[in-house]
Amino acid sequence: MRLGFFRRSSAPVARERLRILLEFERRVGGADLLALLRDEILAAIAKHVTLDPDKIQVKIDRGKSVSMLEVDVEVPNSDGALHATLLEAM
Amino acid sequence: MGKVVVVTSGKGGVGKTTSTAALGAALARSGQKVVVIDFDVGLRNLDLVMGAERRVVFDFVNVIQGAAKLPQALIRDKRVETLFLLPASQTRDKDALTEEGVARVIRELRPKFDWVMCDSPAGIERGATLAMRHADTAIVVTNPEVSSVRDSDRIIGLLDAKTEKAEKGERIDKHLLLTRYDAGRAARGEMLTVEDVLEILSTPLLGIIPESEEVLRASNFGSPITISNPSSAPARAYADAARRLRGEAVEMSIPTDKRGILNKLFGRRAA
Repeated sequence: MRLGFFRRSSAPVARERLRILLEFERRVGGADLLALLRDEILAAIAKHVTLDPDKIQVKIDRGKSVSMLEVDVEVPNSDGALHATLLEAM
Repeated sequence: MGKVVVVTSGKGGVGKTTSTAALGAALARSGQKVVVIDFDVGLRNLDLVMGAERRVVFDFVNVIQGAAKLPQALIRDKRVETLFLLPASQTRDKDALTEEGVARVIRELRPKFDWVMCDSPAGIERGATLAMRHADTAIVVTNPEVSSVRDSDRIIGLLDAKTEKAEKGERIDKHLLLTRYDAGRAARGEMLTVEDVLEILSTPLLGIIPESEEVLRASNFGSPITISNPSSAPARAYADAARRLRGEAVEMSIPTDKRGILNKLFGRRAA
């Protein structure tokens, strides 16, 4: 059991989470830069190698000032996996 | 094969999403492999309650339309590693979820998870019937309040008519989860009692979740209450309900938040 006056207040956390989320969701027409980059990066790679959907891992983390898009692609018949990480400043 | 559970209610705002997150997390914390699915296309919120809203890459509709593979759309919880989320899409196209698409996703998830928990949208439209379609078990979330009880009754009728099990002539397992319960007010005759609701709906009780400030606090932080504050009264009630869901015989009780001396002095509620 934690004591009341030591507890972090929760409303500021909620406010900040909503601010970040809504700023992204309000963009007209749902123009989602990270999703666009994700699709274009995968399309660019697909031009050169056959992509196995099971060998692709995409991670997104939308932050306050910086969001991260991480695309992990295992490229067959080369010396290991090509790892592309892209940092997008917002 | 995993169990498919629908968390439903008819009425909105009674605690379906909160309960899906809390029960899913409670099951996952006990070592079960759990996926929670948001069926509320266009109005997703389970991601927010789970604290995964910044990490959504692909969603349910992407998987159904073949734009992504299921494993790519599943978001693993950062706190409990056996807990996964399949987020709803934010598209306005309510028909984006297809009957066949949902069937395929459930078929794919069932052998990989112990529990597939479907968070239903409010209402009795397509989204709600798709969420309950493949369920083995239904959790009907009800507040001790007249309109919620009435809507629960309608949903119970739908469960007995529109689910795959019902159509095959089998019985779907139904449980009532009474949320936002205030034992004091019920005792004073200001609120329907547990007995009142059970008598009206004649459906077995899965648990009684006491009204508590802790529920809002957990949602503000984006954490299922059974993870962020497992010792709180509602979290203990959810943990008990999760054990009953697993078939354990757990005596029915309404946990309370005990107030410590310091908190009494400062007039704040303890965890």
